Amino acid sequence: MCDHRIKQANKESLISLAVYAVYFLWWYLSGYGIGDTDPDTYSYIFGFPSWFFYSCILGYPLITVILWLVVRLFFKEIPLDADVRNTSSMKGEDN
Amino acid sequence: MAASIQTIIPMIVYLALSIGIALWARQQSAKTTSQGFIEEYFIGSRSMGGFVLAMTIIASYTSASSFIGGPGVAYRFGLSWVLLAMIQVPTAFLTLGVLGKRFAIMARRTQSVTITDYLRARYDSDAVVILCSVALIVFFMAAMLAQFIGGARLFQTVTGYPYAVGLSLFGISVVLYTAVGGFRAVVLTDAMQGIVMVVAVVVVLLAVINAGGGVAQCVSTLKGIDPGLITPTGPDNAVPQAFTLSFWVLVGIGVLGLPHTTQRCMGYRDSRAMHDAMVIGTLLIGFMILCAHLAGTFGRAVFPDLPAGDLAMPTMILKLLSPVWAGVFIAGPLAAIMSTVDSMLLLVSAAIIKDLYIHYRLKGDASRMPVATLKRTSTWITAVVGLLVFVAALEPPDLLVWINLFAFGGLEAVFLCPIVLGLYCQSGNARGAVASIICGVTAFMALSILKPAMGGVHAIVPTTLISISAYIIGSYLGRHAHELRNSPKF
Repeated sequence: MCDHRIKQANKESLISLAVYAVYFLWWYLSGYGIGDTDPDTYSYIFGFPSWFFYSCILGYPLITVILWLVVRLFFKEIPLDADVRNTSSMKGEDN
Repeated sequence: MAASIQTIIPMIVYLALSIGIALWARQQSAKTTSQGFIEEYFIGSRSMGGFVLAMTIIASYTSASSFIGGPGVAYRFGLSWVLLAMIQVPTAFLTLGVLGKRFAIMARRTQSVTITDYLRARYDSDAVVILCSVALIVFFMAAMLAQFIGGARLFQTVTGYPYAVGLSLFGISVVLYTAVGGFRAVVLTDAMQGIVMVVAVVVVLLAVINAGGGVAQCVSTLKGIDPGLITPTGPDNAVPQAFTLSFWVLVGIGVLGLPHTTQRCMGYRDSRAMHDAMVIGTLLIGFMILCAHLAGTFGRAVFPDLPAGDLAMPTMILKLLSPVWAGVFIAGPLAAIMSTVDSMLLLVSAAIIKDLYIHYRLKGDASRMPVATLKRTSTWITAVVGLLVFVAALEPPDLLVWINLFAFGGLEAVFLCPIVLGLYCQSGNARGAVASIICGVTAFMALSILKPAMGGVHAIVPTTLISISAYIIGSYLGRHAHELRNSPKF
């Protein structure tokens, strides 16, 4: 097992968790931060209550864009196949 | 009756297409060796590209509840339930990203085609494999049954034909195409079903907003019915914050423990496919969940007096769309159901033939079975399991219906720690895995049945903490047994 592949894969997993945390914070802060008040005081964006607009409608395209950037910048294309030493038994079957 | 025939025609065309795909996929599996056939039938020879990978993760994850149950609850609890549903947006990137390339590399190196294969290679323990296989068979059978019942009831509501007709129509087609085409047919129909689902939710949502007189009008109608419908905590605080936050475990991190979703992470072609799927999958699943649940919420503004939330989606499809379009779009929820059932069916079949039969009767050597026999046996076992569930759905046995209540959380309690901690904790071992499975399932069942007061927190949260602790303690106590065996595989 090549060490650099494992290192890169670990890094990518941590980055995915970080993006997950960002989504959680966005979802929590905009949802409960703005929305947890009296409905009579709500402001509206495109007809939706603003907490809903930010947390649900804006949240997921935003996280998709962040994800796209992160994948572009930090994820590497590494070979996934078993390393050369172990492939002899699988050759010709996995194409 | 004429209207219901018009509704049924698009569905039949759609089911016929699925079976066509299966026959095509069968052609692809003309492999010469037994291992080659297993790789093809159960994992599609690891050839999925980005788009198909994204679609199959979404489709196997979204089920009847995403289309009928979820929007039905949103109908009752308003925007708060949409907020809760949006917790599921990261499903695709979380499973792909966290299990990631290490999982893909391990799966290839150990020639794993199912989660159980991977666990066998990781822990080298019969106890872990048997516990997992049995849990998988029991929970999946119950979950498939529930999906079948949901689908057949939906069909009955929309077309007016009897329950058994709907059940036969889509039950038999899903069993047929899965048995015949294997994994390749499952993921290709998943991709098609994913597209149908996306189109279906958009059309329903637009129809509802239109009928309600625009977004602003819908929101103010809802506020008029009950101001709680437009707050993040629901009418009379029906959806308290602690409850909603627990869903970050149940449908967030916990998704890493659903074998039919995580198995997809073994089957992609290359790194590129995984990168693309993370982005495409997140965009589409977010869109689909938002539209479906928002449609349920706004449905309340258009049809305020339905007796049950579960009727919201079928009613909107029937009342707001013309019969032919209703047929096209009822295919959305049916697609969600079928794409979940087909993935589960294939894994149950894999558990029986591969994890139990080949391993224990043939000592793990698939080549002792001729390819033709293996091919026939795989097809038949898949078909028989599917038909068993089908027959059970005609007269649902109480026991299975009861087990289904625990299926989702139970699967997470069984698989989460052995998969994820097994991947990243070098020191995890078989004792830890067995301890976490037993403690996790016991805790989950006990908490779900006894329902102690936990301030709105869902049973899955303490369950997950217990199974993680059990894994760590078990692994610590079992470390000497592990060291004695001088074959550290990972």
